[in-house]
Amino acid sequence: MLRFTLYRLAQALGVILVVFTITFFLIRLTPGDPFAGEKAMPPDVRRVMEERYGLNKPLITQYFTTLGSYLRGDFQPSMKYQGMWNVKIIKDAFPISLAIGSCALVIALGLGLPAGIIAAVKKNTWMDYGFMSLALIGICLPTFVMGPMLIMTFGLKWRVFNVAGWFEKTDWVLPSLTMGLIYAAYIARLTRGGMLEVLNQDFIRTARAKGVPGSRIVMVHALRGGLLPVVAFLGPALAGITTGSFIIEKIFNLPGLGQHFVSSVFNRDYSLILATVVLLATLLVVTNFLTDVLVAWLNPKVRLS
Amino acid sequence: MTKLRTLLPRLCLLLLTGALLASCGGDPISAKEGAEKKIFLVNLATEARYLDLQRCNSVTEHHIMLSLYQGLVCENRNTDTDVEPGMAESWEASADKSVWTFRIRKDAKWSDGVPFTAHDFVWSWRRMLRKDLGAQYSEMLFMLNNGKELYDGKVKEEELGVRAVDEHMLEVTLVGPTPYFPLLACHTSWWPVPRHVIEKYGAICDVMNPWTDEDKLVGNGPFKMKKYLFRQYIQVERNPVYWDAANVKLDGVRFYSIESADVEERLFRRGQLHATYSTPLSKIPDYLKNHPDVARNYTNCASWYFRINTTRGALKDVRVRRALAFALDRSSIIDNVLRARQLPAGGMVPPMKGYTQVKEFSLNLPEARRLLAEAGFPDGKGFPEYNILISKNETARQLAEAVQAMWQKNLGISVGISQQDFTVYLTSQQNLDYDLSWAGWNADYYDPATFIDMWMTDGGNNNTGWSNKEFDQRLADARQCADAAKRLSILTEAEKILMREAPVLPVYFGSRTRLIHPAVKEWQVRLMDNRLWQFMDLQYPPPPSSMDAGLNRN
Repeated sequence: MLRFTLYRLAQALGVILVVFTITFFLIRLTPGDPFAGEKAMPPDVRRVMEERYGLNKPLITQYFTTLGSYLRGDFQPSMKYQGMWNVKIIKDAFPISLAIGSCALVIALGLGLPAGIIAAVKKNTWMDYGFMSLALIGICLPTFVMGPMLIMTFGLKWRVFNVAGWFEKTDWVLPSLTMGLIYAAYIARLTRGGMLEVLNQDFIRTARAKGVPGSRIVMVHALRGGLLPVVAFLGPALAGITTGSFIIEKIFNLPGLGQHFVSSVFNRDYSLILATVVLLATLLVVTNFLTDVLVAWLNPKVRLS
Repeated sequence: MTKLRTLLPRLCLLLLTGALLASCGGDPISAKEGAEKKIFLVNLATEARYLDLQRCNSVTEHHIMLSLYQGLVCENRNTDTDVEPGMAESWEASADKSVWTFRIRKDAKWSDGVPFTAHDFVWSWRRMLRKDLGAQYSEMLFMLNNGKELYDGKVKEEELGVRAVDEHMLEVTLVGPTPYFPLLACHTSWWPVPRHVIEKYGAICDVMNPWTDEDKLVGNGPFKMKKYLFRQYIQVERNPVYWDAANVKLDGVRFYSIESADVEERLFRRGQLHATYSTPLSKIPDYLKNHPDVARNYTNCASWYFRINTTRGALKDVRVRRALAFALDRSSIIDNVLRARQLPAGGMVPPMKGYTQVKEFSLNLPEARRLLAEAGFPDGKGFPEYNILISKNETARQLAEAVQAMWQKNLGISVGISQQDFTVYLTSQQNLDYDLSWAGWNADYYDPATFIDMWMTDGGNNNTGWSNKEFDQRLADARQCADAAKRLSILTEAEKILMREAPVLPVYFGSRTRLIHPAVKEWQVRLMDNRLWQFMDLQYPPPPSSMDAGLNRN
């Protein structure tokens, strides 16, 4: 297990370095620059700005300088929001996305798992069709339709929640619901698929033949294997859920991290793009690693190989 | 297996607790509550990029700075063409209007209680002219005697045309006669910054100097910084040591940075805002028709036009450019696409007091076709296919499509549309890497020059490759002219040359439709759209409005 962990750790660092390098050079290849504004910047001012952020040096020098400061844990200041450190921007925004994402995850699992299990157990009944139709609608409804629909109903019509903003303790409900319902739909379908496959296997038939009660078969014997596709899906999805969604944050005007992923690219904020991409890459690598461990624990076959 | 069964709920619980522990942002406040507590809730639509007054360059920052700082004079509360006393209680000019003397208030203080003196202006203007500050508006101060020279490091700071005669007397020497200097001095670039605070926290020009942090920022305006929540809002509160604090009616202003017009409109309807920044395009006609008491529509000092790359093929020909300008049905664009009561533009400069507008272009198809035929493209035959460059913006796309159809129908020429990310779009224009581009310009200050100066040869915002000696000469003449009326007529002549040559095709003068809560008293219609927060007020309880009760919920 130690060798496995160390090997994966080295792999993870390699992946992050590659992502860092590719991002660094790709953003420099795109047209546009961080100092473009509606009013042209006088050449003298531009020179000062370029010097300030080291953009006047050769690209390869900039690369190693940036890499060096990342290794020292310095994620550099933002080029668009001048006077702001990227670390502060991320530190302010990440907890908000994390909070909304976590609640969304709870909603997604809380609705998706039971729906999927019931649909699988009551295969081809009205319950199965009902849940699966709902799930299909959930998958097809994009967040930018779901979000405003929830706002219209709960915000403007019934006035139970704020329509946007991050002020009150209840402000996570609508965004989390918007995100959670869509993930719930995926999870329900994946759970159903996984469960059906396991329920048809020999060891389940054996258990039934031995007289094990139906509920125990489903919850103990089948669920463990049936959850495998969900876990495999959730691992990488977790990184996406917790770092926020651009669209949801836009609709609900949340100061989360999701908007930075997109707006930093539009702004050509070189240093912030790099910081957010490296963060996402790290999260993805970590969640993938955790998924692997979890899958190994859920599925003895993986452990054996 | 029991492990799994207990693990999942535990994991959920852990995540939920984490979620609830993550604190929510600021205090919620409704429009009704705001009216009661005299806190104005307004959306500025973008995040401030800088809070360092002298680095500011956007409209958003300008609005915030209007609450935190004050210059020698400030804009008149009633009219765009005059000023009223600010930090200076009175002023006088020499006969040729090139030397100005300002008397600074004796009771003026910084918001931390430190006395405010004429030396603060001297130090601030010297800082503004330091190249390493990287301030985009340093150029504004080039009209100070030796301003440009100091910027270029050719003279010493002491030689700059500003001097504190004593603690309360400031003498300003300009490069030439400038009768409208007080109006210019309303611009943020001329305002003071607190030397004692900046020097306390770091190097004068260091962009990472933390003096603009929420707990450190010091100003001299009617309000002072209270809370700065990045990407949520900036809240300012009454500054008790402001010289005119007794007459400031509001106790605070909260500036939101909500980008989406749809979101701010929803917030307004839910009773969470006093004033929106705009109104979703599709909802403007309905608001104007059904809720005229809430929707305020007014022309703002902005001009929208097509830039033409005059270095490209057929576009080099002035006849082609004029033909394109004559073939635009501006009223139809306004009535059918924009629908917010904009004004058709026959020239570059919007209506401004005292200025004779140039109305060169309106729909004139025979003339357009004649010019195009003369240029060698009768009925558009053989006309190369050019592209209209726009940024990724829905209004711009709709407008470009309408124009595309108009030119096709009226002149028989086909143009394409190319859409680029905003920063790329800007860069393309600056590098003359486009054919035609859709652009707009907001006035920097209330003077026609702000719309005309930009087209001078090699001007940083010209971006058309167009250059005309006669035009440049007129601009130089206007700058040297001490007689205000004569200066304006020279500017009209310059604009006539610009329109005759048509490196730019004017389309319309902008309007803004804002949703204003009934509690807001005296939302003045101002061309520059600047808000003088110290003069604004909220009424409590708010009067009823044509909208439903949602506006006034608790």
